[in-house]
Amino acid sequence: MSRDIEPSAVAAQALDPSRWLDEYGDFLYRYALRRLRNRARAEDMVQETLLAALETRGTYAGRAAEKTWLAGILKHKIIDFIRKQVRESTVDDINRLSDAAVEQETDVLFDARGHWIRPPQDWGNPDRTLENSEFLEAFRLCLERLKPAQAQIFSLKELVGQSIEDICSELGITASNCSVILYRTRMALRRCLEIHWGGNTEEAR
Amino acid sequence: MLSCKDVTARVSASLDRELSLRERLAVNLHLVICTACRRMVRQMELLRLVSRRLASEDAEKDMEMKTLSQEARQRIRQRLKDR
Repeated sequence: MSRDIEPSAVAAQALDPSRWLDEYGDFLYRYALRRLRNRARAEDMVQETLLAALETRGTYAGRAAEKTWLAGILKHKIIDFIRKQVRESTVDDINRLSDAAVEQETDVLFDARGHWIRPPQDWGNPDRTLENSEFLEAFRLCLERLKPAQAQIFSLKELVGQSIEDICSELGITASNCSVILYRTRMALRRCLEIHWGGNTEEAR
Repeated sequence: MLSCKDVTARVSASLDRELSLRERLAVNLHLVICTACRRMVRQMELLRLVSRRLASEDAEKDMEMKTLSQEARQRIRQRLKDR
């Protein structure tokens, strides 16, 4: 009888959640942090992942490596979180961001015939501007000022480097909505940078 | 003839998907005659470049110091025990 217990005892030991924390905690945390860009949220995701793993460990067949299994759970947790964020902001953000109703932001920039009212500033040679630490700082600031759903989608696209198809299907929004959101986000970042950084070049002109 | 607004939307789209030949031609035709939109294109490119720069800086920092804080680790361990 004790022989019957033995294998499951070994399995239980192998599926020890506090060891998961020791061995994979930092890995999971970095993964979450890269996608969410927020410490507290990334920590919460790690916790939720390990709790979920604890509850479903009975179904863990040991087919995938433990690390892969945990990363898979985390990935779903993050997608759920972002989806929720997008859904919650659907009424005032996404619709506003992707509907014709919110042309206000772009209205300021273009006249009725679609010509620039406020033509873009010259930001100089891209390679050189990229080396400018003030520009980098201003960009960080502007990213933080975006609406959460906006920042999230932009960062998945441009910082994490996911394809627009993946982002849309994971978040359950249409490709054209996604594209409009990214357009508005880029315009918002552009404007923000013109205000918080571009002043320099305006004088120079 | 595309307006500046149309061109801007398409330039943004070109960062997410490949434009059709027709779209590319229309955009390029406009860019030839429009200084403001040429600046916009450079700004858009810069947004992409700076995003990548930020991501790679963050990735470097990740390697060195991005670890779970002691407090977070402790809190999570406690939660796991409580289950």
